[in-house]
Amino acid sequence: MNSSTAQASSKNRIVVRAEDVWKSYDDGAIEVLKGANFEAAEGQTVALCGPSGCGKSTLLHLFGGLDSPDRGRVSVNGMEINRHSDLLRLLRHEVGFVFQLHNLIPDLTLEENCLIPTVAAGIDRRTAQARLRQLTGRTGLTHRLGHRIQKLSGGERQRTALCRALMNKPKILLADEPTGSLDESASAAVFELLLDIVATEGATLVMATHDRSLAERCDRLLEMHSGRIHEPEYAR
Amino acid sequence: MIFLRLIVTNLRRHRIRSFISIAGIAFSVAAMLTVVTILQGAIGMFSGILSSDSEIIVFERNVSDLFFSNVPAAAADEIDDWPMVLHADPVLFGIVSSADHPIITCFGVTAADARIRKATWLEGDRLAFAQHSDDVVLGERAAEFLGARLDDHVPIGHAVFHVIGILKTANGFEDGGVFMPLSSAQGFFHKEGTSSVITVKLRNKDDAASFKTMVKEKFPNLIGLESAEFTRSYSQFKILKATAWAVGGCGLLLGGLGVANTMIMSVFTRIREIAILRVNGFSHLQVAAMIFGESGVVSLLGAVLGLVTGTCLLFILKQVPALHGYVDVTVQPFVLLIVILLALITGIAGALYPAAYAMRIRAVEALRFE
Repeated sequence: MNSSTAQASSKNRIVVRAEDVWKSYDDGAIEVLKGANFEAAEGQTVALCGPSGCGKSTLLHLFGGLDSPDRGRVSVNGMEINRHSDLLRLLRHEVGFVFQLHNLIPDLTLEENCLIPTVAAGIDRRTAQARLRQLTGRTGLTHRLGHRIQKLSGGERQRTALCRALMNKPKILLADEPTGSLDESASAAVFELLLDIVATEGATLVMATHDRSLAERCDRLLEMHSGRIHEPEYAR
Repeated sequence: MIFLRLIVTNLRRHRIRSFISIAGIAFSVAAMLTVVTILQGAIGMFSGILSSDSEIIVFERNVSDLFFSNVPAAAADEIDDWPMVLHADPVLFGIVSSADHPIITCFGVTAADARIRKATWLEGDRLAFAQHSDDVVLGERAAEFLGARLDDHVPIGHAVFHVIGILKTANGFEDGGVFMPLSSAQGFFHKEGTSSVITVKLRNKDDAASFKTMVKEKFPNLIGLESAEFTRSYSQFKILKATAWAVGGCGLLLGGLGVANTMIMSVFTRIREIAILRVNGFSHLQVAAMIFGESGVVSLLGAVLGLVTGTCLLFILKQVPALHGYVDVTVQPFVLLIVILLALITGIAGALYPAAYAMRIRAVEALRFE
């Protein structure tokens, strides 16, 4: 395998792809991605490891259409991501985000936070509620539905963020250090849940993490440094 | 529902700030409602004086103020003889002052005038009116503030008059005025042989157009207008109305700036939250709608609070003895509607920049740096 290319080994179709992607900030002063290549197949779990600032989050943002590359092509589910793309459709139906900080709205309840994506996508209330019951049941949060975010523990908040990300049944889950703010046991529990739900939903997981032990439990582990992505020999 | 919760949650999050904005709009609305209603009432009452048992007002063409209008007595006599006219009453308006009251409105009228005929005479005899040149009849409120009773002699302006009656009318201006015989008023105000207006009652209202044409032909210096027409076109009324709306508008502008300030702060303090909404699929328009929704709620609550406050204020003003009956404080529906609409427009205008700013927030930057 080419050292600068991280190809999906699965025979499933490719749902996330980056081809020779370059990205810099401050008018080119900070180069983050330097010709990065990436592929993830449908249903795969892929971990991106690497030091802080190596471009893991940037790559996830590009996959989610939150940013656009300076050069190169990014495509999700066959749709090329650029400023002409239907980014709203991408964010509403194709991808879900989970961040290191849960990024929930503190004054709203768990239920209300989870329903935000369904409101954005115009999904009817009954369907949204059914999906919410399903996800909170699976994540053990049903008894917390009416609770405000401030009342939840760190692990519960991250599980809530996971539910929210999956509300609209996205095909791709982009997780940026999803357990980074949790202690060891909560981290393990949330990650276990993440893998379980992703498998059940048949979604593709692309996760940026510092935690090698978690990364090794994914189908593939990729390393990022010098703005490129490498698949280490031991991980193949 | 969640959308509404997002709106309300943010307003509740900064209760004091939201309340100050609501109060700003409320005070503006209350000020506008009060000023406009009082002036509308004043205009209505002035129009009421002119349209008392009459349909048409004849006055000097192109005068800015009826106090400066001079209508020859001969014109009044001639018009009174026209077959289509039931009666034509000359009225002379004047302003005098007493020791404690800088402005007292005087009405020079004939004994046949509807204002004298139709008023409720609290004291005195209507038939005694205009028997002597120094006789006056006081409106109830004028008698009160002049401290005058029947048969008293009161100094009004540069003369002393004999009070031969005290009457009560439904009109605040008339109630606070002094009624003199027309000839006495002409002498007192040095307007011999003239009146300010002629109020005309027609036998048939349908003759109004032909009456006005006749006035134009026979008296080119005079103009005849129907009451409603007069209220619309009289320049003093226009100035008063414009002033009232301008004062109220300035208040609302200030209220709008308050809303703008609140909304700007609201957006600046939750850039990350807006970014989260964007990441979760909120469109630019949905973000803007949320901001406009917040300002709309602030404006609406402000408008409601302002209407309640304004109405209470008007009610209190109505109870003040000095203003009793002077102003009509009935809030007209169209004034309510305009005030609410203006408050909403102000709120929405105040949210324009904050909404535009919120729409421009790039989720990726907000999430990376905050």
